[in-house]
Amino acid sequence: MSTATNTPGAAAPGNRKAPAGERVADWADGRLGIYSLAKSNMRKIFPDHWSFMLGEICLYSFIIIILTGVYLTLFFHPSMNEVVYHGPYEPMQGIRMSEAYASTLDISFDVRGGLLVRQIHHWAAVIFLAGMFVHMFRVFFTGAYRKPREINWLFGFLLFVLGMFTGFTGYSLPDDLLSGTGVRFTQGAILSMPVVGTYISMFLFGGEFPGGDIIARFYSIHILLLPGIMLGLVVGHLILVFYHKHTQFAGPGKTNNNVVGMPLLPVYMAKAGGFFFLVFGFIAIIAAIASINPIWALGPYRPDQVSTGAQPDWYMGFAEGFVRVMPGWEINLWGHTLVLGVLIPLVLFGVILGLLALWPFIESWITGDKREHHILDKPRNAPTRTALGVAWVTIYFVMLIGGGNDIWATHFSLSLNSISWFVRVAFFVGPVVAFVVTRRICLGLQRRDKEKVLHGRESGLIKRLPHGEFVEVHEPLSPEMLHTLTAHEQYKPLEIGPTVDENGVERKVSRLTKARARLSKSLYGEGSQIAKPTAEEYKEITSGHGHH
Amino acid sequence: MSSQEIPEENLPEEQGAAHDAVDKAHADPFADPGLPAHRPRIQDLDERAAKRSERTVATMFLLSMLATVGFIASYVIFPVDKIVFIFPFGHVSALNFSLGLTLGLALFLIGAGAVHWARTLMSDVEVADERHPIEATPEVKAKVLADFADGARESALGRRKLIRNTMFGALALVPLSGVVLLRDLGPLPEKKLRKTLWAKGKQLVNMNTMEPLRPEDVVVGSLTFAMPEGLEEHDEDFQTQIAKAALMIIRIEPDDIKDKREREWAHEGIVAFSKICTHVGCPISLYEQQTHHVLCPCHQSTFDLSDGARVIFGPAGHPLPQLRIGVNSEGNLEALGDFEEPVGPAFWERG
Repeated sequence: MSTATNTPGAAAPGNRKAPAGERVADWADGRLGIYSLAKSNMRKIFPDHWSFMLGEICLYSFIIIILTGVYLTLFFHPSMNEVVYHGPYEPMQGIRMSEAYASTLDISFDVRGGLLVRQIHHWAAVIFLAGMFVHMFRVFFTGAYRKPREINWLFGFLLFVLGMFTGFTGYSLPDDLLSGTGVRFTQGAILSMPVVGTYISMFLFGGEFPGGDIIARFYSIHILLLPGIMLGLVVGHLILVFYHKHTQFAGPGKTNNNVVGMPLLPVYMAKAGGFFFLVFGFIAIIAAIASINPIWALGPYRPDQVSTGAQPDWYMGFAEGFVRVMPGWEINLWGHTLVLGVLIPLVLFGVILGLLALWPFIESWITGDKREHHILDKPRNAPTRTALGVAWVTIYFVMLIGGGNDIWATHFSLSLNSISWFVRVAFFVGPVVAFVVTRRICLGLQRRDKEKVLHGRESGLIKRLPHGEFVEVHEPLSPEMLHTLTAHEQYKPLEIGPTVDENGVERKVSRLTKARARLSKSLYGEGSQIAKPTAEEYKEITSGHGHH
Repeated sequence: MSSQEIPEENLPEEQGAAHDAVDKAHADPFADPGLPAHRPRIQDLDERAAKRSERTVATMFLLSMLATVGFIASYVIFPVDKIVFIFPFGHVSALNFSLGLTLGLALFLIGAGAVHWARTLMSDVEVADERHPIEATPEVKAKVLADFADGARESALGRRKLIRNTMFGALALVPLSGVVLLRDLGPLPEKKLRKTLWAKGKQLVNMNTMEPLRPEDVVVGSLTFAMPEGLEEHDEDFQTQIAKAALMIIRIEPDDIKDKREREWAHEGIVAFSKICTHVGCPISLYEQQTHHVLCPCHQSTFDLSDGARVIFGPAGHPLPQLRIGVNSEGNLEALGDFEEPVGPAFWERG
């Protein structure tokens, strides 16, 4: 049959048959427009620095958590129905427990590889939160959150907070003695809320504590609600990273208007893709050799039983610390109770986390800087910001000590009461000391940079001059180093100027502007930064008498 | 106070301004010297080194395959309950250990191979990509604002206020249905937190023996946990009831009891206190015989049971409630009523 069927494509003159891969790509492009997408992204440039992989650790552990979590749902029964255990784990034979706890025992002892997946899941969660914490402070200390990345900072902050609650609801699911105690604590904290506390408690637990609903409700929150929101935030976070392009440290050839590095395809495909496997492999090996949350050793939850040394996962230790060291203040008036001893920790927990979320907006309000920033600060070049960050971290770690006061007491034979008092004092004193010390260190490092720029690097060579004086030879820095060490910006403090003009007419200055000027002065005024060397200073020293 | 007020000179110089003035490089010692020249790696210069890298990468991928085979073999070979001693990890599950290690290696070696490949064999020439401002150009912005104005005008939303207001009203009301649906998440608090199972005449049941407790069973220095008679472990609401009714029984020489009411509510020095901490509700379980102090292991609130369970340390805000007890005709300990105040953590309506 040689009737010429003239299909437009096949008859096109000079048409070669494209390779299969290209034909698939053509097909997809005709429907999804992938070529335009790949044009701007396939060879996208990413700068290289070790600290840029911290966020990757978070992303990969998040993926690992989802993969292992889906597996766990195949075996876990989120039910508080009471059963009597008759499984393979001898010590629990005949013990009354919830189905949730029994099915967690089955995952651990009956399902081959179930224990491994459970441990990978939990280890990955612990690493996920730790990774987010470190990543967040990398971003904070380098000022990477500045315009245009403030919204991405908020996305990241929300991921950290939601991660904490997803972790909490997750480790509560097995309904073991330890996690049940944590849920009880949460219920007690909810009760402390004025007016609405008892209602929220009744609605959350479907009645009185513990009732029969909380595990099923936590389950849907843990596997659907929170991870769903988090997945959206993660995708948004990544899209914004691509859209803004990555920040970079100052250096030769690096400006605010470019991004220097290597292309996504192939280098970062291989590096980042490979790094996923490194993280997954690392966590799998930890899960093989280090047990985590051995719920079989704890027993099922009973509201009238408890074990000593009860500790939440590390990321909740901060909140735990507030609750442990707070004095037990209670105000009883007009037939109502204000449970300040629990309410204040609850509020502080939110406020201290919230400060972190707001900081980019506070800083940009003080500086009034509306420009985009793509060059990262060295922490030393923003001494007040760095000092504030360290003060925040100090509070965080002081509270972690408070959250584990019993562990510190038993492991180091210390008085528990003294530790609690130490934490109470350190909550106020610690951040102040940390702030002062950090700022001084930053200023010292700035002075050293200035010294190096102007006088060169100490070469370690001692030279004896004809008249007998010994001097150390200073080696001038390379142009690359000179540029790198002087590339940072320095803000000038905001000046309000005279409030009365030459005609004696008073100019109105709002209280807010005055506050802003004060803050600006403390951030960028005298004593808050070391003026960076100027070209004139440099020329005078280098052209003059040479090395002194 | 808007930022527009800041004089321009307060802002640092625009970054990158220096780079435009390449000619002035000699004038400015700190000028950007530009991207440093690429320094070739050994693999770029020597094909033998490149071959070595290739072999290293391939070896890692091969070992990963072996590890996966090892994973499947371990899954088949080791029984789920086999415990082995492995130094320095101690007694571990053979299956968990072997599965984890082989899976970990299989994954890690893929990653290590890929990273080694990228670092040694893929181009490491750094290139610069331009950035463009995130914000739109004035033309784009003007176009969008005009489009929006057109759209808004065509919808007539601003002109037809009736439509606008009723629409906002409808949209504001409709989520209420969702809120109403949440009502049945749980009952209202009412007086639930004020009542426990304890009532006049209910005997105290020893939670170890499940027998009614007799005064002679309680000696000075012992700590006994009790629950109300009639409550059984297999009851559907056992957990919820015991969460409020759990009781600590100790005996103190009556003369050692400092609090008058505590002495009156006791029976021959036998006192019954709620076991549920008044801080956030953990069960209290650590008892110091000599001082009659009890400590909550969760947040370390410490109560003096010889002095009306007064808080002597920690974050708890008020004493543990005491249950008034006596002895019935059979010689068993019994409650003389419910707790006079709510047990457990404080709450707004507690008063």
